[in-house]
Amino acid sequence: MVAAAGSGHPGGSLSAADIVAALYFHVLKHRPQDPKWSGRDRFILSKGHGAPVLYAALARSGYFPVNDLINLRKIDCHLQGHPDMHKTPGVEISSGSLGQGLSVSIGMALALRLDKLPGHIFTLLGDGESQEGEVWEAAMAAAHFRLKNLTAIVDANGLQIDGFTKDVMNVEPLKEKYAAFGWRSRTIDGHDMKEIIDALQWSRTGEGPTAVIAKTVKGKGVSFMENNAGWHGKAPTREEAELALTELRGAKTPGKGSR
Amino acid sequence: MTTEPKPRATREAYGDALLKLGAEHENVVALDADLAGSTKSGKFGAAFPERFFNIGVAEANMMNMAAGLAISGKVPYASTFAVFATGRAFDQVRQSIAQPRLPVRICASHGGITVGEDGCSHQSVEDIGLMRMLPNMRVVVPADYNQAFAAVMESYRLAGPMYIRTGRPGVPPLYGRVPSGLGSGADVLKQGSDISIFACGIMAAKALAAAAELKKRGISAEVVNVSIIKPIDVDTVAESLSKTGCAVTAEEHSIIGGLGDAVSEVAVEHVPVGIGRLGIKDVFGKSGHPDQLLEEFHLTAGHLAELAGLVLQSKGC
Repeated sequence: MVAAAGSGHPGGSLSAADIVAALYFHVLKHRPQDPKWSGRDRFILSKGHGAPVLYAALARSGYFPVNDLINLRKIDCHLQGHPDMHKTPGVEISSGSLGQGLSVSIGMALALRLDKLPGHIFTLLGDGESQEGEVWEAAMAAAHFRLKNLTAIVDANGLQIDGFTKDVMNVEPLKEKYAAFGWRSRTIDGHDMKEIIDALQWSRTGEGPTAVIAKTVKGKGVSFMENNAGWHGKAPTREEAELALTELRGAKTPGKGSR
Repeated sequence: MTTEPKPRATREAYGDALLKLGAEHENVVALDADLAGSTKSGKFGAAFPERFFNIGVAEANMMNMAAGLAISGKVPYASTFAVFATGRAFDQVRQSIAQPRLPVRICASHGGITVGEDGCSHQSVEDIGLMRMLPNMRVVVPADYNQAFAAVMESYRLAGPMYIRTGRPGVPPLYGRVPSGLGSGADVLKQGSDISIFACGIMAAKALAAAAELKKRGISAEVVNVSIIKPIDVDTVAESLSKTGCAVTAEEHSIIGGLGDAVSEVAVEHVPVGIGRLGIKDVFGKSGHPDQLLEEFHLTAGHLAELAGLVLQSKGC
């Protein structure tokens, strides 16, 4: 998809792939034929550059034809470089400018509570994104409003455009930071499907917001992309893409990453 | 015998209209960033605490929360000072309100320099320009209490995002009663034939005073109150320009990006005539009493009449 587009963000899409797969194919209550169903759970991709993995999940769920994916970022395609809620069915809010998704999610969670609707909001952030101050404004507010229908998932792949997150601007310890802000928080292996599903189901219980810090590998599943910041925002060549797909197709059931 | 009508602040109208909307519509919600007493959203908060969210000093978070509420079927009114609503949270307004065309009503108070003693950090002279630049954004600057009340009431029925600018000090009444709405957003308050004066906000009343002063000199000025800066009523503006052949604009805002530019754009594209712009001349504000500041920055009826005279001298060139 990204290779065909000639640009995009493969690294951060692959690190989030197992989390997004768990959400769309096991955790979320949603109706792809009725994207605006009022009883649905909501998924918010705050790290909007992970659009390819969201689009893949939406297509495989039936929101739009899988064949659309090959036209990612093309002039006449609804699949924008970053998610656009008016163009792509299933996209809850436009995103791409980092740090905003958690705040939007709080607004949605409050509205669901006012309307006594059962939906739960799952919001995926990056660890690099967590350097944005607004994330912590939101963290403060979600705990203040005791939003038990809100889960923040941090795709903690440890890398950002300019290098390792710990070198550019350390955001850790994320679990402890969320706990200090009044959230329940837990760290998991973001490539262990059982751990992901257990944590997300656990997050539906309790009296306040929940943070799941998912330790992931950027570029997961593609040997030459793993843990390499160079693959944050670069498309693979056709040869590289074929090699990557061969590796991904040959992958065993998602399990322990090569962290 | 009639008594002089009392000046009232447009922000007071926001608070009163919001309270009325809250009583009429269950899906109206309001947010503020620790300025509920000043913006007057606190009246709504006291009446409907379950639908009022004070976000604390976190404007970015507030704007995005408003977006989330709007997506979910609510009609959110988000208020803070104009300088923070547009400057501090510009990217949030752009990415999550304007681009997605969400019905968030950004009702910013304390626009312009009449904030007064707090000084330039709190005086917004760029907000109209910033909001006017955003696709989908409707930009409204009411001229008095009654028009501000009408603007807020009308906003509930309109689609898409909206920026409504109100002010801190009391302003003299221009509209005798609350109008049913803003109409096209350009009201001809006084007909004239020699020059058009386009004004918004507190400058609309001063434009009428300037026209009276010009009349003494034998000059017939047409006065148009432009309450919707975007989308501007091109027909009314162009018609007035065609009739008079020149114009001045007046606003409590930078001469860059605001009403002056909006009217000039209409002129350039439809009726290319000479235009003088009265406003803040690309500088920041300063501390002082509002009336002293208006004098200092030349935002008075006298300065407006003087500028009109200069434009008239070069008319036809």
